[in-house]
Amino acid sequence: MSGLNRLGLLEARTLLRRREISAVELARACLAAMERGRALNAFITETPERALAMAEAADARLARGEGGLLEGLPIAVKDLFCTAGVRTTAASRILANFVPPYESTVTAKLWAEGAVLLGKANLDEFAMGSSNTTSAFGPVINPWTPPGTEPGLVPGGSSGGSAAAVAAFLCPAATGTDTGGSIRQPASFCGIVGIKPTYGRCSRFGIVAFASSLDQAGAFARSVADAALLLQAMAGFDPKDSTSADLPVPDWVGELAPRVRGLRIGIPEEYRVPGMPAEIETLWARGAEWLRAQGAELVSVSLPHTRFALPTYYIIAPAEASSNLARYDGMRYGLRVRGRDLVDTYKRTRGEGFGAEVRRRILIGTYVLSAGYYDAYYLKAQKVRRRIVEDFQRAFERCDALLAPTAPSAAFRIGEKSDDPVAMYLNDVFTVTVNLAGLPGISVPAGLSAEGLPLGLQVIGRPWDETTVFAVARALEEAAGFSAVPPRAVEV
Amino acid sequence: MAWTIRGRTGEWELVCGLEIHAQVISKAKLFSGAATSFGAEPNTQVSPIDAGMPGMLPVLNGFCVEQAVKTGLALDAEINKVSIFERKNYFYPDLPQGYQISQYQHPIVGRGRVLLDLPDGTTKAIGITRLHLEQDAGKSLHGAREGVTLVDLNRCGVALMEIVTEPDIRAPEEAVLFLKKLRSLLRYVGTCDGNMEEGSLRCDANVSVRRLGETRLGTRCEIKNVNSMRFVAKAIEYEARRQVELLENGGIVEQETRLFDAAKGETRPMRSKEEAHDYRYFPDPDLLPLELDDALVARLRAELPELPDAKKARFVREYGLSAYDAGVLVAERAAADYFEAVARGRDPKQAANWVINELFGALAKRGLDIEACPLPPEALGELLDLLAEGRISGKIAKEVFHEAFESGARPRAIVEARGLEQVTDVGAIEPIVDKLLADNPAQVANARKNPKVVGWFVGQVMKATGGRANPELVNDLLRKKLGLG
Repeated sequence: MSGLNRLGLLEARTLLRRREISAVELARACLAAMERGRALNAFITETPERALAMAEAADARLARGEGGLLEGLPIAVKDLFCTAGVRTTAASRILANFVPPYESTVTAKLWAEGAVLLGKANLDEFAMGSSNTTSAFGPVINPWTPPGTEPGLVPGGSSGGSAAAVAAFLCPAATGTDTGGSIRQPASFCGIVGIKPTYGRCSRFGIVAFASSLDQAGAFARSVADAALLLQAMAGFDPKDSTSADLPVPDWVGELAPRVRGLRIGIPEEYRVPGMPAEIETLWARGAEWLRAQGAELVSVSLPHTRFALPTYYIIAPAEASSNLARYDGMRYGLRVRGRDLVDTYKRTRGEGFGAEVRRRILIGTYVLSAGYYDAYYLKAQKVRRRIVEDFQRAFERCDALLAPTAPSAAFRIGEKSDDPVAMYLNDVFTVTVNLAGLPGISVPAGLSAEGLPLGLQVIGRPWDETTVFAVARALEEAAGFSAVPPRAVEV
Repeated sequence: MAWTIRGRTGEWELVCGLEIHAQVISKAKLFSGAATSFGAEPNTQVSPIDAGMPGMLPVLNGFCVEQAVKTGLALDAEINKVSIFERKNYFYPDLPQGYQISQYQHPIVGRGRVLLDLPDGTTKAIGITRLHLEQDAGKSLHGAREGVTLVDLNRCGVALMEIVTEPDIRAPEEAVLFLKKLRSLLRYVGTCDGNMEEGSLRCDANVSVRRLGETRLGTRCEIKNVNSMRFVAKAIEYEARRQVELLENGGIVEQETRLFDAAKGETRPMRSKEEAHDYRYFPDPDLLPLELDDALVARLRAELPELPDAKKARFVREYGLSAYDAGVLVAERAAADYFEAVARGRDPKQAANWVINELFGALAKRGLDIEACPLPPEALGELLDLLAEGRISGKIAKEVFHEAFESGARPRAIVEARGLEQVTDVGAIEPIVDKLLADNPAQVANARKNPKVVGWFVGQVMKATGGRANPELVNDLLRKKLGLG
């Protein structure tokens, strides 16, 4: 059977349960697609043997009429999730050969539900980036890159490999992490669905930390329903993560319907940023109209501290990162570059082990936490963060969910913003607020730019209300009817 | 305690505060489930969390929190309802995360106090500034193997309580009294074993001096590594004298960290650091603020044992002991319990004397703790009963005590087996007395002139009876026969 790599999670699950296809066939199709799609550089490590062994085991369970939520379904895992016995690099030289002896809670849950690991997806180094160009394993190519375009378009970041793999039909779904937009922005750039749940919904245990108070795992898929299914398997309380929430996980897939009648959808005024392309403004208005047409009420809301979100984020995230990355010192695991003495060994190890963007953020973070600067930067940023949270609390008194663009542009060329970090950071303008407030957010492909590149719309919900987020996303998905296929999609 | 340093130019006063690191008694570490037992093979008690592996997260050990609260209550201190764990960032090979999780601006325990009984019979309060919870670092072994430093992470992540005092200490001996009292309190509540040799109780001292009468504080030096009761006073005194000499010679005291060299009995600056540390403290985003509910604190308060100060007051009140004896007995909870078991239904002062003099003496001789005492309190009680019943003399009692202590046999059994019971039968003693008087006519004449000589006759009778004759009976009999009334 050809084209198995094009099946979505739910479609494939139905066929697997009916025994019309086997998990091994499905895995083989994806592995073949991965091989053909290697030019995209979506994977740092492919795990074909493990995939086939897991698929065989899944087939055995399916044959006995058993199996979990994801039995036999192949997925890609962002190479930031520790996988026992499988190299986990965080796309960094410093962890290039690191093989964890433990499994992240999220991936452990996936394997317990019968999912099949295809490989570890490329990303920005330590998830720091918006273009997947900071990976020590090379940039990822967006499958939407038009033929003949060199050097290619970025898939967004940091979960660029995951997004590109799903968009190019290398796999039906993938995990990601989102600290400032790292799931939603690449989902938008690659024309797929990406959900970042409420902070605390998924355990962070075993995920290489970037910024602990912002990091949250989430899911990529080509439909809202598939994303809901994957997230449902990933989510849940974990006593090993003190910030994970002891709340039941709703049956998002079972309850999923494009229901927006009676919902109040907030349109945040402050998200009309200067210089935003007209086509994005148009798309946003069209999205709002789709929801109104399906019975939602549109309300204009104000998030007055929005303009402070980006500087706040770029203080808090690097501050936490500077401390989180201190453990990569060459002493116990990972790269060690010997120097004259201890301090020299530290300097060489970290100087050679970390790429430029990671070093930049460590320096920024170290600076903002330093004596004499702490109050002006870190403490102030925490206060602004509190205001941003309150902005959302007030907005959600007047509406049930917010609609906004996901990113201020479509995918850009590799290298385009690499020499201007501020321009690069502006990519996160609509997404970082959601991380600062710990809210659930989803990006849904809603249309194509004039250049034929996908554009996403973002739905933001109340804390723990992924249910509404999925419902609104599903309504947008239905109205948008997005079915365009990227030029570099892989056929097997 | 009036203690001053007489310098060339006048008298100087010591101002000293202590920082104590007390290892929390807990089977597991502060943020991981790894074991904490002392003396295990290197790197065998290390979880991936302790080793700072990628993606690992700390989870607070609730038992360690309870231990800190109990300690706070024993220090008569405020328990803070909300406290915050922060990261103290610095690089060192025995610090795998690159930061130590500690408490900085919001410790779990606030102000408290510890009362010291000074030798002159007065009481002095030493203020407690704070107590906070933090992780211990690992251990670096320099020079164990040529050209390399070995790191043992067993200790890494073990829960410590850092206890900081106010600069209330004015004499080196007060620091020792404070440490002893703190150790006693920690052991009473069972939150730290107080073992300084194994490093479960470590002390740094902040020392400064000022002219007597001056109210401003001088510049202080932090003295590290004063890790035995013996060295605490020495190190503080040395440092205070060093500062006085420096100041009197026109120098200034640099605020610095100095190390106490126990072998040389002096302090010296620790190897110079390339730059001053900026620890970049900030709240640990992996941990939520620690909130304590009133019910927990109330339960822990209710579970507290009777603490040494209260026990001491009760011993004075109930048993009529001197404050000094009571103080000696309550220093160790096990000793106080031992005493009470012996004193129950007996003469408490006598019980106290026997416990303090004979028992503590015998234990010290064998280098034993009260917990390892071979003589159970019932046995000592039995001995006191034999004494009270007049069945053995005081001298025999001491003999029996030592035999019982060594052999573990019961005093009554020893007395019976060795026929040590006191002879109170006049009929048995009289022939001996008569023979003695008949054999020593010159001494008899002496005794009639100088009644003190009767003592010589008593001694002879005791010798003749192997110490078993009742000395009072012998004395009465002799006086009667010598016509001394």
